[in-house]
Amino acid sequence: MDQTTLNYIVVGLSFALYFGIAIWARAGSTGEFYAAGRGVPPVMNGMATAADWMSAASFISMAGLIAFTGYDNSTFLMGWTGGYVLLAMLLAPYLRKFGKYTVPEFIGDRFYSQTARIVAVICLIVASITYVIGQMTGVGVTFARFLEVDVTTGLLIGSTVVFFYAVLGGMKGITYTQVAQYVVLITAYTIPAIFISLALTGNAIPSLGLFSEHTASGQPLLAKLDQIVTDLGFASYTGHHSNTLNMVLFTMSLMIGTAGLPHVIIRFFTVPKVADARWSAGWALVFIALLYLTAPAVGAMARLNIMDTIQTGEVGSPEGNLAYENRPQWFKNWELTGLLSFEDKNGDGRIQFYNDKNADFAAKAQEFGWNGNELNVNRDILVLANPEIAQLPGWVIALVAAGGLAAALSTAAGLLLAISSAISHDLIKSVFNPGISEKGELLAARLAMTGAIIVATWLGLNPPGFAAQTVALAFGLAAASIFPALMMGIFSKRVNSTGAIFGMLTGLILTVGYVFTYLGMFFIPGTNLLPNTPDAWLFGISPASFGTIGAIFNFAVAYLVSMQTAEPPQEIQDLVESVRIPRGAGAAVDH
Amino acid sequence: MSNENATEAGKAYWKANLALIRNSLIIWALSSFGMGILFRPLLSGIKVGGTDLGFWFAQQGSILVFLVLIFFYAWRMNKLDRQFGVEE
Repeated sequence: MDQTTLNYIVVGLSFALYFGIAIWARAGSTGEFYAAGRGVPPVMNGMATAADWMSAASFISMAGLIAFTGYDNSTFLMGWTGGYVLLAMLLAPYLRKFGKYTVPEFIGDRFYSQTARIVAVICLIVASITYVIGQMTGVGVTFARFLEVDVTTGLLIGSTVVFFYAVLGGMKGITYTQVAQYVVLITAYTIPAIFISLALTGNAIPSLGLFSEHTASGQPLLAKLDQIVTDLGFASYTGHHSNTLNMVLFTMSLMIGTAGLPHVIIRFFTVPKVADARWSAGWALVFIALLYLTAPAVGAMARLNIMDTIQTGEVGSPEGNLAYENRPQWFKNWELTGLLSFEDKNGDGRIQFYNDKNADFAAKAQEFGWNGNELNVNRDILVLANPEIAQLPGWVIALVAAGGLAAALSTAAGLLLAISSAISHDLIKSVFNPGISEKGELLAARLAMTGAIIVATWLGLNPPGFAAQTVALAFGLAAASIFPALMMGIFSKRVNSTGAIFGMLTGLILTVGYVFTYLGMFFIPGTNLLPNTPDAWLFGISPASFGTIGAIFNFAVAYLVSMQTAEPPQEIQDLVESVRIPRGAGAAVDH
Repeated sequence: MSNENATEAGKAYWKANLALIRNSLIIWALSSFGMGILFRPLLSGIKVGGTDLGFWFAQQGSILVFLVLIFFYAWRMNKLDRQFGVEE
């Protein structure tokens, strides 16, 4: 059986499973559509949250981000997990106690203001739409590489699957599909990692292998990697090369952005009790950590593998580099996608892969007769190419394809639910048609979901050129506007509607303004006021790290404005008292 | 229990929660921003598998600490809920 057929079988089986769950877990009421009837056990919700949270970026890109930068990109590991501590202690239990369906609904009720609710809806929609584009392109790329269909067909198939279980089942269908998708994605991620770790270090647990001895050289793996990359003029893998302030702020932005992302928060509305919301955050991090502890090992080992494949002998010796005609099969497979490319700049028929931007290394390169770096590796191919590089059997490759799709589809579904419930519940039910019946709202929710899927698919087919950069905006918005508003709503009785609105708008405008200053107005190339380089950044703070600063301003403005204006009415202060105490969550469920 | 007593208990419960959150977040920050980034140069003498302790904290240690923190918090809070009689 050839590889493509095998890929079709494994991906087809996983899709059949999702369809089966969709038919079984249909939603009959708005409570089921928005919050899965609040009957999801904590461990299962933890698993669903892990799939909801781990996107195409976590599955496909993160190991590559770490592999080609090393220590400096540890920010992603700490940032994307540390947010769960904040969720567990500062947001999830209280919002579960509040017992409504959407994040803007809490903001609207707590700050007794439709304006606050609408500002929250806008932040939610912008953050979620920008996020969903990345998932859709991830689906397209995976289909194109493994199932040999064009990106358009791949995307349409993916959207149809999501349409089926998200529109039928709402949160209920999405939850149980996400549980299945988690199992698929973690298996697909772990198996190749175990084999690679065994091959390089003899240790079957990749996260231990990372700190073990590299069998072939007898040196510690990380020491060996440092040596190989510095010999070729790259920055050392374990060294700290970036601006420390920026590293701290970026990690913090990812943490508070994670805690403020609505599609993650609403997952905690589905558990039966406040205590379950606390446990559930812990379980979510357990399931996330299984991948996040493996990713840095995959990154380091894949980098070592690639360097070893290309630099077969001593650096600088005429026979030291891989001859292009002897390149392995996986190399040829990925060349077809354009994500891996070779250009023989010095005409010697061999591949030179080194850092040609390092001025100190330039003299050496010239002496070797090297004429510039000849290999371009897209960092996104590392995880997908891993099983081929490690020469694993065909079914593992097929599993990785199914895993990449599971990661992208599960996150897309969670985002689409956040968007559609904001439209049907926060806009239609609350603003435009408060008299709408339960049945009418359920239909509106399904139509909003359909609309959101069509928009997301269209954006996936016509990705704006700035797709990659918008992630900075999604986290920035969640960090600078949503997280502080939620936290103040719970931890302060004094912050009032005026303060909260001014605070959110300040965080929003400052963050968007800073991002647009360096990345262009609405990301249109050439409209940036300042070049997007570390020298031009204010105090060396990158646009992606600015969410932390926006959040600080949000807190400060909200507090100062609240102090100058009247305190919230008594019933709001009572509401704050009640969300702080678990007892009575059952009663709060009913509208 | 009279209403006044309930309010007093509610205040003490919230105070205990805030103290627990504060202590947890100090450890949260120390294990990531502290050990993983800012204090890494001070810890460079402690070698772990070909690199130093700070690198381990940045790539694995902080995540393990986060896990312990959340489960500890959930366990303590559920106990406090019962102690102050505010559990569901």
